[in-house]
Amino acid sequence: MTEQHSSALAGRERIRPDRPEWAAGDIPPHRRPLPLITRDALTVPTARPTHDRLAALDEQRHVGTWSPEVARLRERGAAIRRETLPDLEKCLRQLTGNVERNGGVVHRAATPADARAVIERIARENGVRLAVKSKSMATEEIHLNSHLTAHGIEVVETDLGEYIVQLADERPSHIVAPALHKSRQDVADLFGQLAGDEVSGDPDELAAFARTRLRADFKAAGMGISGVNFAAADTGTLAIVTNEGNADMVTSQPRIHVAVMTVEKVIPRFADLGVLIPLLCDAATKQRVSVYQTLVNGPRQEGETDGPEQLHLVILDNGRTKALGTPQEEVLACIRCGNCQIACPVYRTVGGGHPYSAVYGGPIGAVLSPLLGEPGKDSDLPFLSSLCGACYDACPVKIPIPDLLVNLRAEHERARPDARTARAGWRAWSLAWRTGTGFRATLAAARLAGRLLPERLLARLPGPGRGWAGGRALPPLREAGAFRRWFHGRDRRQG
Amino acid sequence: MTDVDTDAGAPPRPARVALFTSCMGDLAAGGPARATVEVLEAMGVTVELPRGQTCCGQPALNSGHPAEAGALLDRWLRIFAPYDAVVTPAGSCAAYLHHHLGRLREPTPEQRALIQRTYEFSQFVVAYGAGLRLRLPGSVTYHDSCHMARTLGERRAPRELLSRIAELEVREMAGCDTCCGFGGTFAAKFPDVSVAMADTKLGTVAASGADWLVSADPGCLLHLSGRARKAGPPVRTRHLAEIVRDALVPAEVPAGTGAATEVPA
Ligand code: SF4
Repeated sequence: MTEQHSSALAGRERIRPDRPEWAAGDIPPHRRPLPLITRDALTVPTARPTHDRLAALDEQRHVGTWSPEVARLRERGAAIRRETLPDLEKCLRQLTGNVERNGGVVHRAATPADARAVIERIARENGVRLAVKSKSMATEEIHLNSHLTAHGIEVVETDLGEYIVQLADERPSHIVAPALHKSRQDVADLFGQLAGDEVSGDPDELAAFARTRLRADFKAAGMGISGVNFAAADTGTLAIVTNEGNADMVTSQPRIHVAVMTVEKVIPRFADLGVLIPLLCDAATKQRVSVYQTLVNGPRQEGETDGPEQLHLVILDNGRTKALGTPQEEVLACIRCGNCQIACPVYRTVGGGHPYSAVYGGPIGAVLSPLLGEPGKDSDLPFLSSLCGACYDACPVKIPIPDLLVNLRAEHERARPDARTARAGWRAWSLAWRTGTGFRATLAAARLAGRLLPERLLARLPGPGRGWAGGRALPPLREAGAFRRWFHGRDRRQG
Repeated sequence: MTDVDTDAGAPPRPARVALFTSCMGDLAAGGPARATVEVLEAMGVTVELPRGQTCCGQPALNSGHPAEAGALLDRWLRIFAPYDAVVTPAGSCAAYLHHHLGRLREPTPEQRALIQRTYEFSQFVVAYGAGLRLRLPGSVTYHDSCHMARTLGERRAPRELLSRIAELEVREMAGCDTCCGFGGTFAAKFPDVSVAMADTKLGTVAASGADWLVSADPGCLLHLSGRARKAGPPVRTRHLAEIVRDALVPAEVPAGTGAATEVPA
């Protein structure tokens, strides 16, 4: 095998990285507190335009409302996605059997390290120097690109959005549209730096620029790495939906195809794709169906003219099966449409998923990330939500994200290092407010504080008031209890 | 069918009606609570204010302390059990009670029934206040608070109520049900994001050109008016109950309730 270099990435050293630390492909292990990161995120120049674009998209698509036809699909889809949960392992075994019968090799990976090791070994054993990849959040989760690169295997993202964030050394900021935080001009600038030349901001030209550069890599790559949208247990079919057709290339051109899925991607029946693909496409892009649906049924068989020689399916757990049987298991019904992210006003305001400082941002990220990886990691994410509920309305499989966020907040509070003090405060509050006298005492204290202390001073006192007062006038505390006094005083006046 | 008495099909009005002020109403949003009482009285309802009431527990639940929330919920259920209806000017609390009762407790049928007869202000007025005569010149835009619109599923009643006010123009704003950024503890934990969301909301309110921003949730209103006072734009806020109270045609106001006096904002 000759030494192969990516042509799509040629010139990469010319790119001047221009991104906040928390947008990086590899998340810094000791990240700063979320309130500070999100505060900074508001000042990033792309934040406001991103917000405005997403808010317009949200209005235009009527995110959160469903046509009668799709509403019916939604009911069926929600049920299908929960069918596997009571016995996920059985479905995975059935899937494994059928993929193997089709000539594929199945690898189970409990951890990201396991998954990385398997893929690296497959690449090494086959002398792979260059891999092309179609969109896969599972490979983001295991930080596959940096791992393979560190082992001398070049990886090229072939989804346009993924290619853009790869060049910019960032993570996807949205699970379906990875570069939605970048304007056309941002992309033109990036491509311009790569090419060492002016590149026009015309969307067709930008796509053509990427396609031309990627073409040679599709030919040269020894390995294609893809994600999986749905894996049908009864036939062993791996379904991948794209609008660019790059998954067709990734899964058919190179000698080896490695598909990476997480455990919950398994669905009971091939026929369920008839519900789930249109549902996914409606939620993700408001299409009736995506431009391409790639169905992989094993490697090239005797007598076939194309397809890879080897098919490997890597099934990653990474903590998910621990959620089975708990109220949090509904997270595993997710079909990764990204609609909850578009619907989320917090996600939009902070300019996309990066400030969440996890592989998955937005509402789905806030309920999924805490379940992954080491316990305690990302457990504060569920607080980064105003619990407005737009995500639930937007979810094609009806995951009760707000309820799950509330559950996870309770788990965070139970497990935090200073849990006892935190709880003690709330317990004291609850004990006081469990009596009429205690509550009236609070009202009297608030009124007194409101009367005696100037707002400037009130705003500096420790407690929630300080967070509040930074950008808002305080409520009129001196009127605490005024309503009760009025009500009961009136009774007396009227005798 | 013809000649049907319009009131004949209406459900009988509950006899004993309690006001659930909400802790926010007691602490910092007395105006909406008072306006609620005044409107209900104009409907001929005698409003009772159970003295021992405090808070439904929502702040604790959303902060990750369900046990503390549950304790307050139990108390709430005891205190309001004797009444035929409970009315609250806090849409979010009404939504919380409806949605979380079954999540925090295994409720008895009686407790379920109590929640079934717990109304957000506009729901009660739309159901039982057909006789009110309302007039108020001006224009308003209505902000759907999240919990009321999505959890309680109530978007219709407040709009219907506003549409019944003669001479009042209702201007829908873009993203009327987009979160304003209050979110209870979220407002204090992520103040910068919360305030940025308020600015977005205030911007759309200002663009609507309406005289008043109206909502049925004291929390959103404190947040939005607090932001408007601190950094503009000069948006004036009003709770729905206050607008309806201000719109009561004088003959409808029972003597002695002092509806003409200025209520602290
Ligand atoms: S949680 Fe629901 S809306 Fe969000 S990505 Fe998953 S399926 Fe889509």
